[in-house]
Amino acid sequence: MPTSIDREQLRALRDRDAQLVEVLPASEYEEDHLPGAVNIPLRRIDAEAPRLLDRDRPVIVYCWDGA
Amino acid sequence: MSPRAAWRLESLGFRQVYDYTAGKLDWMAAGLPTEGTGAARPRAGDLARKEVPTCGLDERLGEVRDRVRARGWKVAVVVNEERVVLGLLRTGELDADGDRSIEEVMRPGPSTFRPFVPAEEMARFMTEHGLESAPITTADGRLVGLLLREDAIAHTSGGGDRVP
Repeated sequence: MPTSIDREQLRALRDRDAQLVEVLPASEYEEDHLPGAVNIPLRRIDAEAPRLLDRDRPVIVYCWDGA
Repeated sequence: MSPRAAWRLESLGFRQVYDYTAGKLDWMAAGLPTEGTGAARPRAGDLARKEVPTCGLDERLGEVRDRVRARGWKVAVVVNEERVVLGLLRTGELDADGDRSIEEVMRPGPSTFRPFVPAEEMARFMTEHGLESAPITTADGRLVGLLLREDAIAHTSGGGDRVP
């Protein structure tokens, strides 16, 4: 079950080499994204997550406000 | 959207999946840096004057007024001990009876704006609504600073020419 985290927990996980993924469309990612985040829009997760992400490291996903 | 992404990643075999549910809105509302084409645009949080005078609810207006004017300001922000914005003192409030408390004279519950709003958008809004200044706060209401309309206009792409 995925774990919900807040901003401080995100920072702590980044210090542990977590991967940060914005799942919004590319246009929104290109305008603003969290430092170091990669973009994998929700619809492309099946195709791109296995290729771009390391299964052995934590993964943090985010969108605009979780909705 | 991110909860569905998190569940899908788990089903794809990722074992340590976390969802930053408050998302980019929370990050930017806290005034934290971003990357991307928008990151270079001046925003309300960058331009807000951090040195704006502040005061508490139980202070006397006369003392606050002296302090505010001595620093060359015509406005002060009323905050609590956590720097959460509770009210504003503009010229009209500052001119009231100096023996009254701040709580009695302040404008309560002023509209506040988030640090990530682009300067150009703020300039347009403030001009349309006749606002000379606007408190910039984090999403939980803590004061970042006071944005002056003249500062917002000066940092739009075209300066004052594009915003009447």
